[in-house]
Amino acid sequence: MMAQFSQFRLKGLVFLAIVVFALPLFISNPFHYGLATQIALIAGAVVGLNLLVGFAGQISLGHAGFFGIGAYFSAIMTSNYGWSAIPALVVGAIGVAIIAWTVGRPILRLKGHYLSMATLAVGFIIAIILNNERELTGGPDGMPMPAFDVFGWELSVFGQYSLFGMDISGDLAWYLFAGVILLAAVWLAQNLIDSPIGRALRSVHGSEVAASVVGVNTAKYKSLVFVISAVYASVMGALYGHFQGFITPSIASFDFSILLITMVVLGGMGSTIGVIIGAVVLELLPQVLADFQEMEMMLFGLILMLTMIFMPKGLLPTAANYLNKRRSKSAGGDA
Amino acid sequence: MFSEFLQYLFTGITIGATYALIALGFTLIYNASHVINFAQGEFLMIGGMATVSLTAMGVPMLLAIVLAVVLAGVLGIALQRLAIAPAKNADVVTLIIITIGASIFIRGLAQLVWGKEYHVMPNFSSEEPIQIFGAVLNSQSLWVLGVGAVLVAVLVYFFTRTLTGKAILATSMNKDAARLVGIRTQVVLMLAFMVSALLGSVAGIVVAPITFTSYDIGIILGLKGFVAAAIGGLGSGMGAVVGGLALGVVEAMAAGYLSSDYKDAVAFSMILVVLFFMPRGLFGAKVVERV
Repeated sequence: MMAQFSQFRLKGLVFLAIVVFALPLFISNPFHYGLATQIALIAGAVVGLNLLVGFAGQISLGHAGFFGIGAYFSAIMTSNYGWSAIPALVVGAIGVAIIAWTVGRPILRLKGHYLSMATLAVGFIIAIILNNERELTGGPDGMPMPAFDVFGWELSVFGQYSLFGMDISGDLAWYLFAGVILLAAVWLAQNLIDSPIGRALRSVHGSEVAASVVGVNTAKYKSLVFVISAVYASVMGALYGHFQGFITPSIASFDFSILLITMVVLGGMGSTIGVIIGAVVLELLPQVLADFQEMEMMLFGLILMLTMIFMPKGLLPTAANYLNKRRSKSAGGDA
Repeated sequence: MFSEFLQYLFTGITIGATYALIALGFTLIYNASHVINFAQGEFLMIGGMATVSLTAMGVPMLLAIVLAVVLAGVLGIALQRLAIAPAKNADVVTLIIITIGASIFIRGLAQLVWGKEYHVMPNFSSEEPIQIFGAVLNSQSLWVLGVGAVLVAVLVYFFTRTLTGKAILATSMNKDAARLVGIRTQVVLMLAFMVSALLGSVAGIVVAPITFTSYDIGIILGLKGFVAAAIGGLGSGMGAVVGGLALGVVEAMAAGYLSSDYKDAVAFSMILVVLFFMPRGLFGAKVVERV
């Protein structure tokens, strides 16, 4: 059974890789590349958040705060202190890990929705600081962020690159980079799920009491997965900032936190590919609804509400369930 | 010096009373269904905005208020019947996302109907402020406090003296047992949403002359109410009232003595302090879970 499980996971990764690398065949304009890059990076953060929601059964209402710290720490260190992108990204992520551990460790000993309250508070405090420390962050107007660089090599949407002898634009290069990052994020998450830590986590979600009775230190594992999900957000935030070239505190806002958690639940809690679909849908929906102008907000709320009412398990699990039922029906068996 | 302190205290208690009413709404729904209702703030918005627009159409103030409260109550029932009840087998997290969807939908609808402008509502009684020891008290503050106190008294009576109130309490304590003794828990859930909506809309109406009102006022007020409920211990009525007042006063003091930019940060830090040192909140019950 376990082998089947992993095989299914591998299928998901292969499927995702095909979609990521086939997409450039269908789009070519810089706006679409930009949108796809943005979705890939946000989806990376959502994959991390899904580890917390899907496997520890906890929700975070402040993940945008971690995303924001990642972006702002990188922006400040690279533009004001001349750091290179990778050290800034790593140190920022370590800082976020420390914050997440400090907040998560005492609170995750409690049962219930306390983490959601604590993360809501942490997210808001981070957003308020980013908005008010104008000298450091530029306040509500935001701040510029230099291009992503590795050992002197720069990745910029305005650059020209060559890959396997082909000339590619900076937009496409960024998209491919973001796609590879997303695949790596998924691969790491799936490995974590199949590891002993992942099994312990699943047992926590299944029945916390039973897990602690058989000796799983539930609080420790929950804190650990919270830290990992926060680090995912921080890293993706830093990359997102480098990609955009300019960041504002809206990336750390409560609205964005809500959007991230909504992507997880809409796509299907616990399904790595599902939550990526959630990210794609919720990022594309405003583009589609923009034509409706004043009705945009109302329609967005309505669609979100109806989807969750009629597909409470999320888009992908509901679709998979439906297909399975049809398949078993046509096979004539009741397996 | 003293007059300054008194001034901040007045401001804090007034806004705190509003937070307390919102927090009570959260508590009611949380107890009945374990759902954190993120559409709670929209009930306030509906109360304030409907009153303003009805009076603008020439409806007398008192009638406008009654109609606005009824509208919010109907909305509360609709939210439970149409959005929460059909998804009753869903995960609590899914239900929370449904309430988020509902709040965006209601806000979008309000924006469509009433536009994006801020609306001003006149004070209920005199516009003349009251002077006390050198501090200025807006007469509307007395309305907020008075109405808040009456609502809390009515709620206490409702939950301790009436059969319906006791049925709601019983359902929140143990749903299955409540059903066994013949309580129709779905009706109870609907009632909880309705009472919660009524509370929210009244709070939204009495506070509107002080804060102004607009289609998006519900977001931040709703969140503050949630913070107040969390500080008091989610699920405790007493905690909601004390949490609301404490939050309002701390916020006003922080704005006055520290920095108005960081007053919200101080408010949110209170959650962390309470969770770290009194994990169940000020009044949260100790939970012993049977397996």
